[in-house]
Formats: sequence, structure tokens, C-alpha cells
Amino acid sequence: MGALNHKFNENILITSLDKLLNWSRSGSEWYFQFGLACCAIEMMSAAAARHDLERFGAMPRSSPRQADVMIVAGTVTLKMATRVKRLYEQMAEPKYVISMGSCSNSGGPYWQHGYHVLKGVDQIIPVDIYIPGCPPRPEALIEGLMHLQKKMREEHILEKKED
Amino acid sequence: MTEQEIYADLSKKFGDKVIEFMEEGTQNPTAVVDPASVAKMVTYLKDDERFQFDSLMNLAGHDADGESELSVIYHLFSTELKHYITLKTFTSRAEPKVASVANIHRTADWHEREAFDLYGINFEGHPDLKRILLEDDWEGYPLRKDYVPAEFYRGMRIEKVK
Repeated sequence: MGALNHKFNENILITSLDKLLNWSRSGSEWYFQFGLACCAIEMMSAAAARHDLERFGAMPRSSPRQADVMIVAGTVTLKMATRVKRLYEQMAEPKYVISMGSCSNSGGPYWQHGYHVLKGVDQIIPVDIYIPGCPPRPEALIEGLMHLQKKMREEHILEKKED
Repeated sequence: MTEQEIYADLSKKFGDKVIEFMEEGTQNPTAVVDPASVAKMVTYLKDDERFQFDSLMNLAGHDADGESELSVIYHLFSTELKHYITLKTFTSRAEPKVASVANIHRTADWHEREAFDLYGINFEGHPDLKRILLEDDWEGYPLRKDYVPAEFYRGMRIEKVK
């Protein structure tokens, strides 16, 4: 390193900006709590003391403006679907969606006779991670969040997006 | 008081507005009554000293088979005298009209809105009859047996393509 050699002892790290940003982003997955049905209970349990999501820097937010990831936890009714979409649009980029449980993945038990249920939240917003289960255990949600961390770490958010 | 005694008294007071008494094939002995007079009967049952039906435990709409008449069922209970009566009223499928009891039992307010929302039963005299669960622009009454879901709702597909 020439001129900088031995000037800062061991207190300097060299990395790329991408990696630094991704490291900090993936370590603070603030999630927009979107509890719509029984999956919300498992989400709350994951956030509470026993499973403690804050170990991973994931912390619940009640406003879309402060959130990085939306966890759609529960049955998305057609009445709620328009609200889900609007709140997703209000989140700041870069934003992610986790679809938690059978209902938001595909309609779940309302697959056939659910006249009022949207058959999968991916019909209205793009979903990054699907978590199966009815409802999924907190461990499954944590695994989903870790998969999202992996995805975040492989991204290059400073590059211009292709249209 | 037993349901039979209450039915006998109602028949005496309201004459042919009380149609029949059903005991077999129902879980609770039921008095079938005229839809336009049901509010008067519920008031009578609430105010009379001998009945004191101060609690409307439930009010439900019902569609038996998708062809015959729609019905509304009232489960009344007296917290003072600990007796029960079930009222049932039939109304036409094309123009369902039943007198509202929302001004007598406040609990009926949302129950009647639910029956209106899902069965399309009009409760005459209700203070604020509008949909309670579904969106205001929803078409049709989903709990009717002859209901066919629309293909789309606000651009969202309702039935999943297999």
C-alpha cells in the first residue's frame, strides 16, 4: 500500500462499497409488520424473547416509510389486497417482500371456495421469498429472513437498473 | 316459560302473523313468524313482564337450498327469567324484506348489516344499512347458494387458473 503502509496499524479494512452497503443492509432488515391472520401470531412469536429476531437486526416497523422488507403474514382478502399494494408502493427502494404461509403464497385453504381471497399475493406485488407452512413456525420465518440476507449480499444496488 | 307457552301467547296476541311452531328437525323449538311483524313481536317479548327477552343472542341470515325463500333467525334469551325462544321468518328471494330490530336490540345493528352484506336481505327501518365485510362496490351476495363468483374483482383474478 506504499505511503499508507504501517500508518494506521491494524485499524483499516479494505472492501468494496457494494459489500459494505450490502453488509449493513442485510444486518438491518427492518420489516413492515403485515399481520393479516394466524401467521401474524408466529411472526410476533419470532420477534419476541424466545426467538428474538433482533439478533439479526430485524425489527418491526409500523410504517412503510421506515421498512426494508414487508412480511405479508396471513390471508390476503380482495378487500385488503388494494391496501397491500398501496402500502408496498409507499415503501422506499430497495424493498423486498416475504410471503409468509400458505394463504399469501397461494390462497391456502381458500384455494377453491374462497370467493373473497386473493390466490397468492404475488398476483399484485413481486415476492422475493416464499415461506411454506400453515402457519410456518418462527424458525421457518427466521430461515426466510436469512435467505433474504443472502440475496441482499449478492446484489449491486449502486448499478443502474435495466428497464 | 317453555317455548310452547311463549308460542301460544304470541299466537293469541298476533293471530295469523305467527305462522307455525317447529319442534322437529330443528335444534331449538322455533316459532315461524311474518317478516313484517317481527319487530313488533321482538318489542312485545322484550317489554312484557312475563317474558323479559332482554338479550338477542344471535341474528342470522340463512339460505337453505338456493331455490326456496331466504330466512332470518333470531335467538332470544331472557337474562332475568332464563328462558329462550327462537324466531324464524321467511322472505322472498327476489325481494327480501324483513322489519329491522336494530332499534330494539342494538346488537342487531351489525348482525343485520352482515345478513344484508352476504344474503342481500333488506332490513326495513335499519339506521345505517350498508355492507359491513365486503367492499361497497362488490356485486352479488356470496353466501346465497346460487351465487357464482365473478372472474375478476378490480382487475384481480378471483378463481385460480388450474
